[in-house]
Amino acid sequence: MGLKVEDVKAWIMKTNEQIQQNKEYLSELDQAIGDGDHGTNISRGFQETVNKISSTEYTAVADLIKDWSMTLLSKVGGAAGPLFGTALLKFSGAVQGKEEIDYGSFVEGVEAGLNGLILRGKAEEGDKTMVDVWSPLLTYLKGREALDADDFEEAAKAAMENTKNLKAKKGRASYLGDRSIGHLDPGSVSSYYLFSSLAQVIKEEGVQL
Amino acid sequence: MSQVGIVLVSHSHKIAEGVKDLVTQVFKETAVVAAGGTDDNEIGTSLEKIQQAIDEADQGDGVVVFFDIGSAMMNAELAIELSGSEDRVKIADAPFVEGAYVACLEAGTGKDVYEVLAAAERARGHQKKA
Repeated sequence: MGLKVEDVKAWIMKTNEQIQQNKEYLSELDQAIGDGDHGTNISRGFQETVNKISSTEYTAVADLIKDWSMTLLSKVGGAAGPLFGTALLKFSGAVQGKEEIDYGSFVEGVEAGLNGLILRGKAEEGDKTMVDVWSPLLTYLKGREALDADDFEEAAKAAMENTKNLKAKKGRASYLGDRSIGHLDPGSVSSYYLFSSLAQVIKEEGVQL
Repeated sequence: MSQVGIVLVSHSHKIAEGVKDLVTQVFKETAVVAAGGTDDNEIGTSLEKIQQAIDEADQGDGVVVFFDIGSAMMNAELAIELSGSEDRVKIADAPFVEGAYVACLEAGTGKDVYEVLAAAERARGHQKKA
């Protein structure tokens, strides 16, 4: 038994809670190396997603994830919109036709999402972008056959913390050059919230993934 | 006569509108549509606004899209992909003001979308001070 519609809804709700709680923090991180609006933008997009999915019935997980992506695409406003939106749109495509997401299709979804991020942002690993969370996590997932929620959460956290040491090569932060070193990448922090929220949902709902 | 349309995608509503004012004052015949700012005209870009602008600018002969920074290009790419019009809607890697100016000049003489795009991108190498 994998992630069903209600589990994915819980995942979105939990991510939204984390993002709303850390809205100011995300904008502070972005003020250091970007334009300072990441928290405001991403929190607006997730709140709109919660509003949309709360009032809609879903039978397929892919439809739910597609609505999530389309809401972020239209409501975020900053770079995180097309990036998270594209990643989730590709994720949704990868789990099309599934009643629930099992481990194999979750890994396929993350891979499709990462490829979408790379295509959209033209970034590679080491550029200090959210690719630096998604890419190591995909490698982590591919080396396993089932998900240990705590271990997965640790892997996501380590990847997110590693962005502090990197020099930005993409986005507004790249204009800062060496001055970007020593700051966490805001998109990587919100990507960490996404994956750590999933780990929490898996534990709380007793999902076997 | 064929006429390529122009779309201006900026993080700022005022920048997009300002450049539109500037170029349409000279090239009155060209379809120039501004898509600046978020849905409520805050700083940012809006996928839906860009989609609508492309629809509006497209007279059947294609559109050249100009962008300022970062997410403007990503949202412009998405708008084009989602509409499936990659063959005739092109994003210019060009300076926002000068590129749009040159594009309007070329579009007004009936050039096709590739010629307008190439002319706009050549504006990148144009020495302004020399």
